Amino acid sequence: MSVVNIPTVSKASFAEPVAVPASMRLPTAVSFRGVTRDFGNKPVLKGIDLDIPAGQFLAVIGKSGCGKSTLLRLLAGLDKPSSGSVTVKSQDGSARTRIMFQEPRLLPWANVAKNVGVGLTGISKGAEARERSLSILRDVGLHDRADEWPSVLSGGQRQRVALARALVARPQVLALDEPLGALDALTRIEMQRLLEEIWQQQKFTAVLVTHDVTEAVALADRIIVIDAGRIALDIEVSFARPRRHGAPELAALEGKILSALFK
Amino acid sequence: MFRINRIVSGKISGWILPAFLIILWEIASRAGWISASTMAPPSAVAEAFWRLLLSGELLHNIAISTVRALSGFMIGGTIGLVFGLMNGLSALSRNLTDTTLQMIRNIPHLALIPLVILWFGIDEEAKLFLVALGVFFPIYVNTLLGIQSVDRQLVEMGRTYGMSSSALFFQVILPGALPAMFVGLRYALGIMWLTLIVAETIAASSGLGYMAMQAREFLLIDVVLLSIIIYALLGKLADSLARLLERLTLQWHPAFQSA
Repeated sequence: MSVVNIPTVSKASFAEPVAVPASMRLPTAVSFRGVTRDFGNKPVLKGIDLDIPAGQFLAVIGKSGCGKSTLLRLLAGLDKPSSGSVTVKSQDGSARTRIMFQEPRLLPWANVAKNVGVGLTGISKGAEARERSLSILRDVGLHDRADEWPSVLSGGQRQRVALARALVARPQVLALDEPLGALDALTRIEMQRLLEEIWQQQKFTAVLVTHDVTEAVALADRIIVIDAGRIALDIEVSFARPRRHGAPELAALEGKILSALFK
Repeated sequence: MFRINRIVSGKISGWILPAFLIILWEIASRAGWISASTMAPPSAVAEAFWRLLLSGELLHNIAISTVRALSGFMIGGTIGLVFGLMNGLSALSRNLTDTTLQMIRNIPHLALIPLVILWFGIDEEAKLFLVALGVFFPIYVNTLLGIQSVDRQLVEMGRTYGMSSSALFFQVILPGALPAMFVGLRYALGIMWLTLIVAETIAASSGLGYMAMQAREFLLIDVVLLSIIIYALLGKLADSLARLLERLTLQWHPAFQSA
């Protein structure tokens, strides 16, 4: 049984009353305990304590160099903390974490379906893998491009294939490292909607690192701000979904977060 | 007017100039502008071709030269490939062997011919050694480069998705290195022919080079010209086959996709 961890709210005046949110009663999917990470003698993360309940959509915001990507890489197992521990667990014991990068990172020499099939490495292959790949491609709307080379797809389409690859094995945790950063604004909004839809269907825990506050406010259940290697702000976002871009309550929250970032 | 445009921009336009030059060459030889002891007319070359083909001598010599070239290529190419892969994948292997190999590379292999004749005589081993040596370096260098230039982000992606080392090699590293390896292959094929021609001209008792050398001894200019043309055609054939293979295996590459 994991200890319920009340999120630490910073000294920034944040007046919303925080009753223990429903998400806190769910099993914890990811735990950070006293995590630090140094690169050489340069400390990037200076003590992170974080509990992410299963099924939550968490957005991690910060300026460049604040350590948010490092946090994600520790989460995804691509890196080891200099001290402290990161645990990923789920109720049935399997704890599959998948990561989606800023670049699509598709194999140019394999067609779209095979690229999605990479997500099933060690899990399934052959006709079954193709079936599952086609199914997830249908969910992201690229079913009809299954046999084409990645080089003929647009940037947004390639990221959709990368998303399909990350999700085809039904991971418990999906880590997203600024996946929409390289896309144009309109494609970005489309992708955000797609992401939200799939997250609601598959109910994985999503951890999205982004520099875009609007995106975080539109998608997340909870937002943390990383500043100078520590969590500076940790707030729940409880607006109803789907959230309307440009709605005043979203804008107000954005303003609060930005002022916390740039105080 | 349109006819001329179509002729000039079509596939046959490339052949107009060579055809014209050949006709000019024929006329010049017949009219005696070019002396018969320096150059034979195309018709004589064609006649020599036909004659040697019918006697079986031509095909016999071509077969011998080709087998020699390919054997040397297989030996040198395999060693080059193995070293290229090893040094590309293992830093230890690279640190131990690369410097030595680069030093050997800088010795022009054709300059070793007198030494090779001393060591191996003028038999098959000498020619195989020279061809293998010449072929080794383009394949080694380009395989090494191909492996080192595989996108690291793809390798990281493969690792995060749980690919084993062998899956990583066959699905990410090798296909990524393949374009560069083909460059090495085509370059090596050119060197293979060059080395063979020189080796056969200097020390041989059979093969195309030998045929050319004998023809030179007996002042059979038409046969000399014929062997040169055949060398050129065989070289072109080897290159075309390599390009065909390249196009088949690299269909995914934007450079090989029709617009």
